[in-house]
Amino acid sequence: MIAIVDYGVGNLFSLQSSFKRIGADAVVTSDETTLKNASKIILPGVGAFADAIQKLKERNLDEFLKSQVKTGKYMMGICLGMQLLFDESHEYGVHQGLGLIQGRVIPMRGLIDEKLKVPHIGWNGLQFPKPHFLFKDLKEGDCAYFVHSYFATDCAENVIATTEYDKILTASVAKDNVLGCQFHPEKSGEVGLKILKAFVEQKD
Amino acid sequence: MITKRIIPCLDVKDGKVVKGVNFEKLKEVACPVELAKYYSANGADELVFYDITASAEGRKLFTDVLKRTASEVFIPLTVGGGIRSLSDFERVLSCGADKVSVNSGAIANPDLIKESARRYGNQCVVISADIKQVNGAFHVFAKGGREDTGMDAVPWIVRCVREGAGEVVVNSMDTDGVKNGFDLELLDAVCKAVDVPVIASGGAGKQEHFVELFKTIPTVDAGLAASVFHFGEIAIPDLKQTLKNENIVVRL
Repeated sequence: MIAIVDYGVGNLFSLQSSFKRIGADAVVTSDETTLKNASKIILPGVGAFADAIQKLKERNLDEFLKSQVKTGKYMMGICLGMQLLFDESHEYGVHQGLGLIQGRVIPMRGLIDEKLKVPHIGWNGLQFPKPHFLFKDLKEGDCAYFVHSYFATDCAENVIATTEYDKILTASVAKDNVLGCQFHPEKSGEVGLKILKAFVEQKD
Repeated sequence: MITKRIIPCLDVKDGKVVKGVNFEKLKEVACPVELAKYYSANGADELVFYDITASAEGRKLFTDVLKRTASEVFIPLTVGGGIRSLSDFERVLSCGADKVSVNSGAIANPDLIKESARRYGNQCVVISADIKQVNGAFHVFAKGGREDTGMDAVPWIVRCVREGAGEVVVNSMDTDGVKNGFDLELLDAVCKAVDVPVIASGGAGKQEHFVELFKTIPTVDAGLAASVFHFGEIAIPDLKQTLKNENIVVRL
C-alpha cells in the first residue's frame, strides 16, 4: 500500500486517482500506524514552504517521516513536497526543511531571463543526467507538467532529472530511498503514470 | 524549453457537452468524460470544462462529471462557469479541478480573486475575460457576453493579476465564431501588460491561425478552441505537427 501524506496541504484527488489507475492501492492519511504499514510514502504539497513545514510539524510528521525514511522505506516528495526534502528554502525568508537531501530552494525571479514568466507553468521536457529507475520507461525530452516559482539548487550529485527554462533547473532528485519530483506526475499524462508505476514497482 | 499549450474547451450543460461534437471514432460524443479521455489521448495539453448550467440539479450533474473525468484523465483540468464564491472554488476543487476560472464572479465581487488566491494559491486562479471592442476601446463583458461593463479590458486584467490571478484567458467576442484567426491586437495588448501566462481564445478556424498566433505574439502561452476541435476540423496531433514544423515548441 502507498500512503499519501495528508497534512492539510493541497488537492490529493488526482494523486490518489492516478495510483488507482496504475492498479496501486493508495490511501490518503496522516495516521502514523497507516504510514508505518505503508510500503512507500508520497509527500505531496502545493502552496507556501513555511506554511507546509509548519503544518507537518504541528502534526509531528516531520520527525516521524524522517524516522520512516531511516528504515529504508521509499518516500517521494512531489512539487512543494519535494522542496520540503532539502536543507532550507528561501521563500519569504529562510526556513529549515527536512534536511533529507542536500540543497536549498531559491526563487527563479532574478536568476532566469526577466522576460520569462514566473511561475514556470506548463509542459516542459525532461533531461536525465544519469539513469534512475524512476525514469526507466521514459526517453529524453518527454514532457512533464510544472507549476512552480522556486527551484532547488546545490543538490550535488543527487539530481536525476533537469528541465530547461532559460537555466537548467532541477526537475527531480534522489538520494538512496528519498526521491523528489518538482513537476506533477499525476498531471503529466502517460509520462507521469509511467513514473508513478516505476516508483510503485521498485523493490525495497 | 516550455511548450506552447493547445487546450480544447468543453461547454457542459446538465452533465452533457453542449456544442455539437462530431467524432467518427467516438460513440458517446455528448459525454464529457469520454470526450476528455479522447482529447487527453490525442495531444491536448490541458482541458477546460465550462459549466453553463443554471439549476442546482445541473450543478450536481456537472460535479459528478468532473469527478469522473478527474479520476480518469491525468492532465490539468480547469473549470469555469458560475464561480461566484469561495464555496464554488471548494466545490470544484474537491472534485478534482486543478484551476478555477472566474469571469462574471470577479466582476460582481472584486475580492473574489484576492481571497481565492490567498486560500488556494495564484496558480489555481484563472481570470477569464470576455472582451469586445466598443467605439474603438476593448471592453469587458459580463454574464456570458450579454452585458457591457464599460470597463477597459487591459486595466481590468492587470488588476486581476495584481490581486492574484495566475493565468489569463483572453476571449475575444469580436473574433469568436468567425474562424478568421485570433484577435492579435487585443492579445498583444494583454501580453505586454501582464507577466503571467496568457491563453488566447476565440477565432481559430484553421491550423495556420495557431501558427500565426504563436509567431506574431511569442509571449502567448496557449491557444484555446472549442468547435474546430469538436467538429474534427482541426485534429490536435496534426496541429502540433504543423506547429513543430514551424519551429514552435510543442509537446508531441
